[in-house]
Amino acid sequence: MRPIVRDALGIGAATGAYGLSFGALASAAGLTLPQTCALSLLMFTGASQFAFIGLIGGGVAAAVATALLLGGRNALYGLRLAPYLRPRWLAAQFVIDESAAMAVRDTPAETRLGFWSTGLAVFAFWNAATLLGAVGGQLLSDPRALGLDAAAPAAFLALLAPRLREREMQRVAGIAAVAALISVRFVPAGTPVLVAAVVTMAAVLVPRETPGDAASGEATRGETASGEAASARGGAVSARGGAAPARGGAAPARGVAASARGGA
Amino acid sequence: MWTPILVAATGCYALKLAGLSVPQRVLDGVRVQRVAALLPVALLAALISTQTFGEGLDARAAGLAAAVAALLLRAPFLVVVAAAAATTALLRLLV
Repeated sequence: MRPIVRDALGIGAATGAYGLSFGALASAAGLTLPQTCALSLLMFTGASQFAFIGLIGGGVAAAVATALLLGGRNALYGLRLAPYLRPRWLAAQFVIDESAAMAVRDTPAETRLGFWSTGLAVFAFWNAATLLGAVGGQLLSDPRALGLDAAAPAAFLALLAPRLREREMQRVAGIAAVAALISVRFVPAGTPVLVAAVVTMAAVLVPRETPGDAASGEATRGETASGEAASARGGAVSARGGAAPARGGAAPARGVAASARGGA
Repeated sequence: MWTPILVAATGCYALKLAGLSVPQRVLDGVRVQRVAALLPVALLAALISTQTFGEGLDARAAGLAAAVAALLLRAPFLVVVAAAAATTALLRLLV
């Protein structure tokens, strides 16, 4: 089997673990089996799905808005992939962290192979695992007795951890966590997350509007990308780091692939 | 429940398609790139803090601590999640 396809299957299997958790948590959050499966089939972008089921109990608008904000990064992946992917309407559904990371290749043919093999492998494993997890979750009578309400934040933490190597990211996470917790007392359920996002973006971005900062921002992003790719483990969302460094060549994507298998 | 599911799913698909369709320069600014890098971190951190401590300090805090420990030990995703759930469940059983 070609190495790219082999790596794609490894990443797909690794994301199956996330899919199992997602299915179980969606059931615990009160979604029916068809609703849970519809999210994985149609939305098909992990962090958005976890956020959606985590917030839907508190308010519909906040759940939808947070899912969309988290899904916004897929648009940025698409920018880089656009020259290689046809037909666009079909390829679009498979633009996710993992496929974007695995599409960082030297030739157009390998870029396409990396994208399609990873996108399809993740789609297959993610949806099969969601179904399994949801069926398992339906059998539970009291999710709290099994600690499933703690499983969701733990899942978010596992998605977040690989991005916290840098001081700036730690600062952003700290501000957002505190801002959300403070606003819980003052705003409707579900919206603290959005309030925190706005406050944090304002706090981090506004003081940096000087011309010299464009260059330092550039340098920071480069570091983030390579740092995350090197430290990525467990696949799925940690593979996001690999997607950013178009200039970094194929090495980060291979690193992600190898470590994703380790995590599976 | 179906309406928000379909709206959010359609929106997420539209974002993916937009990336493949819009001219490069629209989203190519340094500022947009920075927001794209920082926003997921802020959202995830906010989700963690509200879902763990939003209703005050309870067994979920211990679950999160277990998740941190599992992550520091480089445990795979499922182990991290299971450690948090098991710790929380055990604490509720005992207390």
